[in-house]
Amino acid sequence: MTQTGDIKTLKLDGRDVSARADETILQIARQNGIFIPTMCELEGLSSPGACRLCLVEVKGSSKLMPACLTHAEEGMEVTTGSERLVNYRRMIVELFFTERNHVCSVCVSNGNCELQSLAQKVGLTHVHFPYRFPGEQVDASHGRFIADHNRCILCTRCVRVCDEIEGAHTWDVMGRGIQSHVVTDLHEPWGASASCTGCGKCVQVCPTGALFEKGRSVAEMHKRRQFLPYLTLMREGRE
Amino acid sequence: MSRKKLATVWLDGCSGCHMSFLDMDERLIELAAKAELVYSPLVDHKEFPPDVDVTLVEGAVSSEEDLHKIQTIRARTKCLVSLGDCAVTANVPGMRNPFPVIEVYDRAYRENTTLDPGEPNEVVPRLLPHARPVHEVVTVDVFVPGCPPSAGVIYEAVTALLEGKHPDLSAKTRFGA
Ligand code: SF4
Ligand code: SF4
Ligand code: SF4
Ligand code: FES
Repeated sequence: MTQTGDIKTLKLDGRDVSARADETILQIARQNGIFIPTMCELEGLSSPGACRLCLVEVKGSSKLMPACLTHAEEGMEVTTGSERLVNYRRMIVELFFTERNHVCSVCVSNGNCELQSLAQKVGLTHVHFPYRFPGEQVDASHGRFIADHNRCILCTRCVRVCDEIEGAHTWDVMGRGIQSHVVTDLHEPWGASASCTGCGKCVQVCPTGALFEKGRSVAEMHKRRQFLPYLTLMREGRE
Repeated sequence: MSRKKLATVWLDGCSGCHMSFLDMDERLIELAAKAELVYSPLVDHKEFPPDVDVTLVEGAVSSEEDLHKIQTIRARTKCLVSLGDCAVTANVPGMRNPFPVIEVYDRAYRENTTLDPGEPNEVVPRLLPHARPVHEVVTVDVFVPGCPPSAGVIYEAVTALLEGKHPDLSAKTRFGA
């Protein structure tokens, strides 16, 4: 997979760093202790570049680039924390909060939620956009899990883990734009799904309180992700 | 040093933020030396006075009365503080927002009542279509998220504001804290 000779030298926030050509700006930043916020990306799954939280500036390009999908190139100069980027990131986080109904104080994931902690990390104390307060469904038809669409941010981690790791492809995205929703099978109740194996991987990778285990009350849902790097490692070893 | 004028108001919230305010315990005595509580559910003043330095607002803006109150309060306050998630995000009172108001009234005053069912037409203020965060209705100067914000966070916010400083609370409290 890796050609060891193919090492690139680039600048990250003015710092000289070296990386393999197959590494992304995000991976390089993490290795060098530089924080770039992410939501759709999860180590071990493919990256759709959907959430746009990880956008960075690359010198010579007028477009912003998603760090999770942009590979290292020789002589690249990358900025990860300009005022413009910081503003865009805060806006994206704010839009996550306004798009659905996030009521952290009564949420199963309160205190263990990636969206909630990201909001705090980017210094969000309130949202500048008007809240939409949409009417969203809660699907409690599955024997062990619940899908609460009020808390979904459409990161599609559930879709990818189910397809790429479990191989069931129970989850998919239906609709476009603001109408988009994740659905099970052909938009059938989760409990009636013929493809769902009940493995719970989607629940564990979901960054918010959108997917959770039955019987969990406020602040009781802790996600367990240890299986993902382990399974990925085992599969890579087999190739 | 002349004492500053401090006020607190209770809109659509559970009073938990005021409970947390009281949880400042002995620090309240220290605050009383710096500020006079000129209006609050905790004291007995009927009219919101003019020229208040700092007003802490608990709760979302949910009814016609809330709307009227907050507009008056804004006009008479130098520094308006959204205290707690209900004021900052609409939080729990906002959970009715996906439903039309008529359904909310039906659930509260028709489906669950045997004696004289129907919407109240006196004393109880009319609901607005949505419970809204305070800053969607009037300009807010400082935001203190948390449900409720801890007594320590409230103390830090209030002492800083009374000294004319803008507190940075983002590391100390968050939505749902
Ligand atoms: S999913 Fe996260 S951000 Fe949304 S309500 Fe729950 S804790 Fe808050
Ligand atoms: S259910 Fe969870 S994992 Fe799936 S798209 Fe929504 S937030 Fe992401
Ligand atoms: S923020 Fe929480 S504690 Fe404060 S009024 Fe609302 S529900 Fe009560
Ligand atoms: S993490 Fe890169 S686009 Fe979502």
